[in-house]
Amino acid sequence: MGFDFLVTICLAYVLLLFLVAFWADKRAERGRIGWLRSPLIYTLSLSIYCTAWTFYGAVGYAARSGLEFVTIYLGPTLVMIGWWALLRRLVRIGRAERITSIADLISSRFGKSNWLGVLVTLLAVVGTTPYIALQLQSVTLSFDAFSNAGADTQGQSLRQTALLIAAGLALFTIMFGTRNLDANERHHGVVIAIAVEAVVKLVALLAVGIFVVFVVGGGASATFEAIDASPIAAWQGRPERWTTMIFLSAAAFICLPRMFQVMVVENSDERHLATASWAFPLYLFLMSLFVLPIAVVGLSVLPEGSNPDLFVMTIPLEFDRNALAMLAFLGGFSSATSMVIVAAIALSTMVSNHVVMPIWLYARQGGATVSGDVRHVVILSRRISIAAVLALGYLYYVFSGGGAALAAIGLISFTGVAQILPSLLGGIFWRGATRIGAAAGLSIGFAVWLWTSFLPSFGDASILSANVFANGPFGIEMLRPQALFGIEGLDPLVHSVLWSMVLNTLAFFIGSLLSSPTPLERFQGASFINVFRYSDGARGWTGSTVEAEDLLMMTQRLMGPADAQVLFEGEAARQGKTGFLPDVTPAFLERLERELAGSVGAATAHAMLMQITGGVSVTVEELMKVADEAQQILEYSSQLEAKSQELESTARQLGEANDKLVALSVQKDGFLSQISHELRTPMTSIRSFSEILMEGESMSSDDRLKYSRIIHNETLRLTRLLDDILDLSVLENGQVSLNKHSAALREILDSACAATVHNGEGASLKIERNPKAEEVELFTDADRLAQVFINLISNAQKYCDARQPKLKVQASEVGGRQVVDFIDNGSGIPRDKQSMIFEKFARADDHKAAGGAGLGLAISREVMHRLGGSITYLPGQAGTAFRVVLPLEETIAA
Amino acid sequence: MDERRVLLIEDEPNIIEAIRFILSRDGWRVDTHSDGNTAMDAVLRRGPDLIILDVMLPNKSGYDILNDLRAGDDTREIPVLMLTARGQKKDRELAEKLGADKFMTKPFSNGEILATVREMVG
Repeated sequence: MGFDFLVTICLAYVLLLFLVAFWADKRAERGRIGWLRSPLIYTLSLSIYCTAWTFYGAVGYAARSGLEFVTIYLGPTLVMIGWWALLRRLVRIGRAERITSIADLISSRFGKSNWLGVLVTLLAVVGTTPYIALQLQSVTLSFDAFSNAGADTQGQSLRQTALLIAAGLALFTIMFGTRNLDANERHHGVVIAIAVEAVVKLVALLAVGIFVVFVVGGGASATFEAIDASPIAAWQGRPERWTTMIFLSAAAFICLPRMFQVMVVENSDERHLATASWAFPLYLFLMSLFVLPIAVVGLSVLPEGSNPDLFVMTIPLEFDRNALAMLAFLGGFSSATSMVIVAAIALSTMVSNHVVMPIWLYARQGGATVSGDVRHVVILSRRISIAAVLALGYLYYVFSGGGAALAAIGLISFTGVAQILPSLLGGIFWRGATRIGAAAGLSIGFAVWLWTSFLPSFGDASILSANVFANGPFGIEMLRPQALFGIEGLDPLVHSVLWSMVLNTLAFFIGSLLSSPTPLERFQGASFINVFRYSDGARGWTGSTVEAEDLLMMTQRLMGPADAQVLFEGEAARQGKTGFLPDVTPAFLERLERELAGSVGAATAHAMLMQITGGVSVTVEELMKVADEAQQILEYSSQLEAKSQELESTARQLGEANDKLVALSVQKDGFLSQISHELRTPMTSIRSFSEILMEGESMSSDDRLKYSRIIHNETLRLTRLLDDILDLSVLENGQVSLNKHSAALREILDSACAATVHNGEGASLKIERNPKAEEVELFTDADRLAQVFINLISNAQKYCDARQPKLKVQASEVGGRQVVDFIDNGSGIPRDKQSMIFEKFARADDHKAAGGAGLGLAISREVMHRLGGSITYLPGQAGTAFRVVLPLEETIAA
Repeated sequence: MDERRVLLIEDEPNIIEAIRFILSRDGWRVDTHSDGNTAMDAVLRRGPDLIILDVMLPNKSGYDILNDLRAGDDTREIPVLMLTARGQKKDRELAEKLGADKFMTKPFSNGEILATVREMVG
């Protein structure tokens, strides 16, 4: 089969991939994602784990080292089945934080440290370049094996083939990997192409396997017998190597940049992971199913010295099954190309974002940038990065000389990227992880890996001299690359993995413990670790399809139905459409965002639109901005609330004050009205009788005397009234000055009785006293106290309605206080009036004839209050009864 | 009926004395009553041509009595002169609203009350 024919086949195959990718991209652009983003496609895209190294190399591996090849499949299987929660966490974080690569993840977690991003990028590039070279080699070898079928080949033509392949892959990757700048770094076309390739390589391997077992091997049981008989069966697994390999493949599965790309970055729906958790192990199982039979049969049917790495293709060729061989070739080609494409995309994203762009921005000195400008630069830097990554792979292939040295590079690559694992796991599970720890771990792991694994891989004499291997650098035996710290006899791979991972992890922990995180790190750490608490995985908006109707609904909620309608109608009209549902164009989204920003703030508007259009969760920074805006609104509204509370309380105080004033005013009106009445009544008599007297008509002298006396009495009444009012006013205002001194209760009562005796009609009242009980020294204002007593006695004189009025005055000491009761033998005060007798102008029985203004008890109450005692009506007695209580401590003080 | 009769419902003895003096000198027969509660009975019993009614009365206010007077068939037409010592505008308004024919504030001049009474029963 000619070289040109193979090239034609390859070109045709690549063209097919082009068409598939192109079709998928177009479909995605039109928003018809559908099954382009299904769990099946996701699972198939994960198959880039199986590179040409796996496709061809597994058989070679089995032929050389027996069952050990299984570990390469076991690692990912264990992760997928046993630890898919970790992957889910990664996917969630990836979406929540809009992570674009594993370098971005580490950088983002540790406070957006670009230096960490650069470190991881460097590690990834150094670790992946040989891997790309390995793919180029596999394809080139298979090309060679196919076209020349065993003939010796010129290194020159091989290199030309490799260059051709590298260039072709670069072209494809540039075309589909950088077609457009998606904020999510998703590449629909590429993913679909990879899924197709995944099917091709699985079908190819299964076809070859079935052919080998059932045609060449003579059936399943015969093949099993052959396997039992082969040297492979005698192979003894070495536990330390076995364990190391499983760990390594598991770590690589998580940390390989290309795996991270398809698993996290290209993931469109977290639920796909659930399907992949069983479907991908199944895929791996199918991929590994026929490895052993092919190896065993190949070893037996192919001539001694045949390259077992090519058995998959050379067995069909041996049996002249050209079509099957071509399928196998395409399977290998698929494995290689898909790995290279995705790796190149992942690496170019990292290189571009963490190396090229920062340098470019730095060179611009942060000047004002136009968005179109940046976009152009980003795309260009991506393209150059892709070309550079593939060029590096090609150069590595050329300079390493190909051959056996490359065979081991797969595991060396794995060890390299595994160095990211401690920082990754620490970052998403351990709050205390810091950038210092991550940098220390990554650097030391990277260095140890370079020293113990990567550099030695070039062979004993190429970069590190034999002397270094034997005696260590500068004769320091402790640092011998394959016997670090004097530990000898370990398998080089186990040695390298052990030391690099142990030192890496130690450095990571110690560095983290010794340093404290920056605020941004702390914040990012919290949001990474609590990603399930803060992000909601089951959002309604998935995929990048967005209906104008959804946008309208959201806009209505934010701007109100009328404004939203106007906005949408305007946009529809601008697009030449009728109705109010315009096409969702980027320009429209931009306008909408601006409009919404007016009502909810820029960050919120952006976040909400991203949410709806991209189905993307909001990044932490956006959330913080949203929170800031919300905070401002909150502050503003709490200020408003405080103001309105202030106003409310002011209003309440004013209301209370007003009520008080109204009550006072009512009281004042009532009081004035009462005063008016009390003054006008005597004045009426005075005026009438004085007019009568002034008329000078004939009148008996008795009448004249009678009328003059009335005038006189009414004048006295007026004077008393005025005295009382003034007295009460003084007492109520607290302006009264008490003249307290030591005085005997008996003497005060004596003077009160004496004062009332002269009061005309009162003579008939008999006062009963108990002078013994009255022998109490008081410290009080005797005149004021006498005033109260006089009032009580004269009230009894006026109002006691008994035929032989009697007033009992009883002094006693009750509970440390001096009590004086005044109890008459009248009919008492009705219960309903008892409560108001102390009010001004209250008269229990309206006996105006008594001559009082009704202020006596009011004044008495005020006086007793001033004296620190009280006067109360004493219910339940035979007649009217008042109790006067005096503080006795003041009597003691006296 | 030659003799015109006034019923004075008032509780201040001196004021009763004064009004009785003024009106009887003018040929009026003056009956007096001092208690609010029984005032209506006195009116019905005496059948006066004119009632002079004080506002501040024991047990029942003059306003309530006026209200009763205006509600009773036999008493509705009797002219009522209200006397009050409070003398505020709202008292006058209340009295007029309740149907008092005249309203006087204490203290009054003798000539004033005499003229008013004459005018009311004129």
